[in-house]
Amino acid sequence: MIAELGLAVLWMAAALAVLQLVAGALALRPQGAAMRGVVRPVAVMQGVLVALAFAALITLFITTDLSVKLVAENSHSAKPLIFKIAGTWGNHEGSMLLWVTIMSLAGAFVALVEKRLAENTLLATLAAQAFVSLGFYAFLLLSSNPFARLPQPAPEGAGLNPLLQDIGLAFHPPTLYVGYVGLSIAFSFAVGALITRDVGPAFARAMRPWVLGAWIFLTVGITAGSYWAYYTLGWGGWWFWDPVENASLMPWLAATALLHSVSVLAARNALRAWTVMLGVIAFSMSMVGTFLVRSGILTSVHAFAVDPARGSFILALLAIYIGGALLLFALRAGTVTEGARFAFVSREAALVFNNVMLCGILGIVLVGTLYPLLTEAFGVKVSVGPPYFNPVSAIFAFPMLVVMAVGPLLRWKDDRGGRVAPILAVPALVALAAGGAALAAGVRLLPTLGLALGAGLAVASLLPLRGRNLRRTPLPIWGMVVSHLGLAVAAMGMASESAFSIETLAALSPGETRQVGPYALTLDRIDPVAGPNWTALQATVSARYAGGEADTLTPQARVFANPPGTRTESALKTRWNGQLYVVLGEEAQDGRWQMRFWWKPFVPLIWLGGLLVGLGGFLALIGRVARDVKRLVAIDKIAFRRERQGR
Amino acid sequence: MSAIKAKHQRLVLLVIALAALIGAGLLAAWALSKQASYFYVPSDLVAHPPEQGRAVRLGGMVQRGSIKTMPDGVTITFVVGDGKATVPVRYAGITPDLFVEGSGVVAEGRMEGTTFVADNLLAKHDEKYVPREMKDMTQAQAKAVVAETK
Repeated sequence: MIAELGLAVLWMAAALAVLQLVAGALALRPQGAAMRGVVRPVAVMQGVLVALAFAALITLFITTDLSVKLVAENSHSAKPLIFKIAGTWGNHEGSMLLWVTIMSLAGAFVALVEKRLAENTLLATLAAQAFVSLGFYAFLLLSSNPFARLPQPAPEGAGLNPLLQDIGLAFHPPTLYVGYVGLSIAFSFAVGALITRDVGPAFARAMRPWVLGAWIFLTVGITAGSYWAYYTLGWGGWWFWDPVENASLMPWLAATALLHSVSVLAARNALRAWTVMLGVIAFSMSMVGTFLVRSGILTSVHAFAVDPARGSFILALLAIYIGGALLLFALRAGTVTEGARFAFVSREAALVFNNVMLCGILGIVLVGTLYPLLTEAFGVKVSVGPPYFNPVSAIFAFPMLVVMAVGPLLRWKDDRGGRVAPILAVPALVALAAGGAALAAGVRLLPTLGLALGAGLAVASLLPLRGRNLRRTPLPIWGMVVSHLGLAVAAMGMASESAFSIETLAALSPGETRQVGPYALTLDRIDPVAGPNWTALQATVSARYAGGEADTLTPQARVFANPPGTRTESALKTRWNGQLYVVLGEEAQDGRWQMRFWWKPFVPLIWLGGLLVGLGGFLALIGRVARDVKRLVAIDKIAFRRERQGR
Repeated sequence: MSAIKAKHQRLVLLVIALAALIGAGLLAAWALSKQASYFYVPSDLVAHPPEQGRAVRLGGMVQRGSIKTMPDGVTITFVVGDGKATVPVRYAGITPDLFVEGSGVVAEGRMEGTTFVADNLLAKHDEKYVPREMKDMTQAQAKAVVAETK
């Protein structure tokens, strides 16, 4: 019953999306004024209905309704409750429903709270949002129905992939999806503004919080996903250049560029066409990512099912939306009047430079991700990995870090390099000292540059605060400082991980000790242990840092029954100056146990930095929204006073 | 420097951006031709060996009775075959869970002499995650290969 209700509600929501599109399009015409009041309530109602459909699917997973195909194929009655819930989106159909749910809720949210945007542009935006949603409704209802029943209820569910039975599944996909799909708002804003030809500072100020919101979720989602992969995969790496990781990185790069260009548009009325273009590209990258992941054309732990029909469907959606938006852009870009000009040494120019660098990295990642597909069409199988991505993206990333240090200190419109040079002496010296020390320690070129630029940028990122009253510094300035500092911290963590990691592979008998960097590690014993739906072998390892007190680590090799599968559970010990990482392997023939140890100095800085970047975005968002709310309240007061005087 | 007087700032910016992006594309193409790692089956590898030290992938069946552990307890050697040719492989590390004799494997690594030194082994992870090369291989060759290795 719940499955049929869920499906019915989903169809109704799709019908409302059609209404939203038609009403929005009609309302833009002079004779369609009657439709103007319809669009917002329909958008809100559509969001509510989809949320109900999603709640229905979660209910089916919680109660493990085995007559529903999706539940039978992906869940199991003996699974812990949290994984039953999270398992709702741990499969193709459920994750697409989550996608549509977030997309419609985002549209509903815009319809509810967006007050600054010109009414016509808002109507066009909501119509565009409905148009995009419709494609995904069609995909869901026609080729990926999550509510399909089985002819015969299954006796028991097939269970969830053990790799996904982790608390990370509860947070990582929804966070990333909010980011991906939140960018659809930026896309719809861009399309709406192209339709009404209303691109200017007011449009940028209205668009900025939405971009910022999506970008924060993307940042946090990527950071969390990286940490999740680091501790569950047991390979000791934090970024694999896996196609799916790239699929999340590309929208982030585009959204970062968009965030900065939208600020230029808001403050200086420049970069008009460029901003609109980035709005289109950012969500296009989200959709390309979805295509790569969900079509199964690339192999990855993230690919749920290989189904060519679904791939073609998403490819068609891509062609319609990206092609359509680019066509609209080509037709209208010429009529978007040129914005204000600026000199080559100015804050705008620095932002443009970094926009181009971000797009360069985006291009590098996109080409590297698609290249194996391209060659496979000619029958040649290749894979592209870190030897390509690391140095080639660094060529663009390093100049970007330098300009990031300088840009925030420059004035808008026009400035002299000589004015900021003395201010930058301190960070430049810090960078030289760090780089010199790293070179002297025999660190390779790329990590040396990373350490030097990270250290220099960390200092330089604080400089915009100099001479300011810290209590009166606006939150958006704090946000910029914290985000830039976060990126510097993350860069230092990455460089340190790549320069100083120590890896040891050993076969140990119980009682044996091995030295790994500053740690003396003793394998005490191996015991069998059991969890709710798994059994495991657990090693007990005593770790002494530089001869100090022993910490106990317990890495496990888990065996799952439903579905059958295994997973290594690494054990971590975090100190202020790094992290110890221990993995238990197999028993060798002679009774010794294979163990893998890493000592990774300062590796937590990578994720700490990522979280700081997200926190900076959050501060900026609070600052912007607070200012808007204040403004709206003031406008209301004036209107109220006028009304009273009028009487 | 003063603001450019010409009306064409937009054009200048566009040209710079395009130049940077085309540069990125050329750089990517050049780097890919150097760094992409090609996929070989044992008969290809024997017939047309890649240059020593170049990163490549090798896919095939782990021959029965070929897995041997070295005295250090962590280095293993085994032989990968495709029914036509065989290549000896050396690997130091923890093997994937489904790495067994008579089953498929994709090894990432490089040729050193006549031995393939693997940095990483990809085995079938579960029903839903099979290395792409291996999926094709099992369809096309698995039966013949398995029959031969028995």
